[in-house]
Amino acid sequence: MANSSKPKVAVWKFASCDGCQLSLLDCEDELLAITQEIKIANFPEASRAVIKGPYDLSLVEGSITTPHDMTRIQEIRRLSKVLITIGACATSGGIQALRNFKDINEFISIVYASPEFISTLDKSTPISTHVKVDFELRGCPINKMQLVEVISAFLSNRKPNTPEHSTCVECKRKGTVCVMVGKGTMCLGPVTHAGCDALCPTYNRGCYGCFGPKENPNTDSLAKWLISNGKTSDEMVRAFRSFNAGSDAFCKESQVNEEKD
Amino acid sequence: MGHACYRIFLKTVPYIMNKPEVIGKEGLNRLIQILTGMGYQVIGPTVRDEAIVYDSVHSIEDLPAGWTDEQEGGTYRLKKRSDEALFGYTLGPHSWKQFLHPPERRLWQAQKDSLGFDIVPEKLNNIKYAFLGVRSCELHAIAIQDKVFIQSPHTDLHYQSLRQNALFVAVNCGQAGNTCFCVSMQTGPKVEMGYDLVLTEILDDECHTFLISAGSDAGKTILKAVEAKPAGENEVKRAEEIIANTANQMGRTMATENIKELLYENVEHPAWEKIAGRCLSCANCTMVCPTCFCSTVEDVTDITGDHAERWQKWDSCFTMDFSSIHGGAVRNSTQSRYRQWMTHKLASWQDQFDTSGCVGCGRCITWCPVGIDLTREVAVIRESQPDQAGKLSGSGGQNENS
Ligand code: SF4
Ligand code: SF4
Ligand code: SF4
Repeated sequence: MANSSKPKVAVWKFASCDGCQLSLLDCEDELLAITQEIKIANFPEASRAVIKGPYDLSLVEGSITTPHDMTRIQEIRRLSKVLITIGACATSGGIQALRNFKDINEFISIVYASPEFISTLDKSTPISTHVKVDFELRGCPINKMQLVEVISAFLSNRKPNTPEHSTCVECKRKGTVCVMVGKGTMCLGPVTHAGCDALCPTYNRGCYGCFGPKENPNTDSLAKWLISNGKTSDEMVRAFRSFNAGSDAFCKESQVNEEKD
Repeated sequence: MGHACYRIFLKTVPYIMNKPEVIGKEGLNRLIQILTGMGYQVIGPTVRDEAIVYDSVHSIEDLPAGWTDEQEGGTYRLKKRSDEALFGYTLGPHSWKQFLHPPERRLWQAQKDSLGFDIVPEKLNNIKYAFLGVRSCELHAIAIQDKVFIQSPHTDLHYQSLRQNALFVAVNCGQAGNTCFCVSMQTGPKVEMGYDLVLTEILDDECHTFLISAGSDAGKTILKAVEAKPAGENEVKRAEEIIANTANQMGRTMATENIKELLYENVEHPAWEKIAGRCLSCANCTMVCPTCFCSTVEDVTDITGDHAERWQKWDSCFTMDFSSIHGGAVRNSTQSRYRQWMTHKLASWQDQFDTSGCVGCGRCITWCPVGIDLTREVAVIRESQPDQAGKLSGSGGQNENS
């Protein structure tokens, strides 16, 4: 494909750990093919070069946590034909959304020597709170094969295959023995969006919910079942308050259990 | 060898039991070696991740000697037995469906060329599986999947090929699990159809033997090579006792009388909403069910767009995509999805395939993360019927008498 006709793709970073951007660099085998099909216009983790917009596709990592970010995301949206968020921060506010449950000023005064230099918002919010998002890719971090799938789908103008069903479906397709039924290990898989190929259960751990709530998540039933099997409300608060604490379903479930506690 | 699947549906009468013979543990090991020597990949029970799963077995050393399982709605635990039984467990999380109707499989590939694109069909898999330790309910489940995949206007050639090549070494259950109800579904515990060889494990005092008989010509030939001894009257009697004892141990029961009408008449019932309060729509029940056959197809293109593949993957009536049509999903609520699942299993399956879709294996009860129990839910609906109250009391749900 001639360089000029290649779609221009930009990667943007907001409040995040860069792990999702690194997933793109981690696509070692596919990276060459990817760069042959697209023109990377901006990619902070890979290069300092920036090509001016507009962009055919923007991949946005991170959540909005400062007034400056709020204006920057508007500008990026304006310059992007298609905007796809990558990862839990961009999609639900990330681990930094834990601030949403507390008083931000208290944190600032405890953590920083000169709090007057800190300009931050009291909530960490997903990109979709601020601008229209065309597609959200889940995960903390995202699964690199899903990222390749999303880019391939974008290039072929088709819907990506990123099913919204439970992580359990992935366990069962792999033949993994359910850690919850088989060992009584707490697992968020039944309410968690698939995408990681059931990584933790495959290694005998319960799912931590890195991909956020699945379609139609019944967190209430799962929490009640876990509590009736010996877990505490406090443990439920902590389970639902991690990388996707800011997602509607997990946020609500953690609050319900916090009130019980 | 006669094609196993045709045998199942052409012969509705059980195979006339061949004269039973007896082997010891070495004989069983010999059987595994003979099957391997014949080019079969022997799949049987083995312990992995604190459960008894189905995987490759190379000798009796791989079998779960001395292990059993304890099951309840939403829990499964391996326990040590006081003896060294090789088949002293009931059912684990896996079913033979994993092999005959694999969870993920490529259907075809397409390659772009100057004229358009070329379709590359997928070659039929000609693995010869020998399944060891197949239970009666599981043979019934396979017969049901035969109806779906082979005796349908759209035969699944991949399934058909694997199925026709497969050999079944069945086992009569020596004990029933706490979530079993094959007696209610008339699918066990005695192996009566669809097998090439059948074993009954006998563990008495110092003796550990297996009553073995053939159910097909292939089974007969193999049995000859195993060099078994003719069984004595005592052993035959003991095996019958074991099976009868298992039949009395069912952990669950389900009254099946008029069950189709019962469910059709209760499309609107408060029970559905209550179940939906607990159901996670996680799809575990359908994935572990040995008769559930639903799948989805995914089309993928690579980065260049020159190569495309179509994959078939297990899907479930509990996922939203599954009931998506133009304009959205037709069954949005968990209530309607659970109702669809149970009504299909127990009622409309009868209209569609002339058989129940449930063989009473209990997997959906054990492997439901929140222990939802279809026998209990059927009983709730049945007990709420004015003319049924009292009449069928004691049926459904956990068997209190066992
Ligand atoms: S291990 Fe977790 S994700 Fe896997 S089937 Fe069990 S509950 Fe679901
Ligand atoms: S519905 Fe449940 S009990 Fe019946 S065959 Fe399926 S998994 Fe077994
Ligand atoms: S019945 Fe149980 S296993 Fe089935 S979808 Fe509901 S919660 Fe999951």
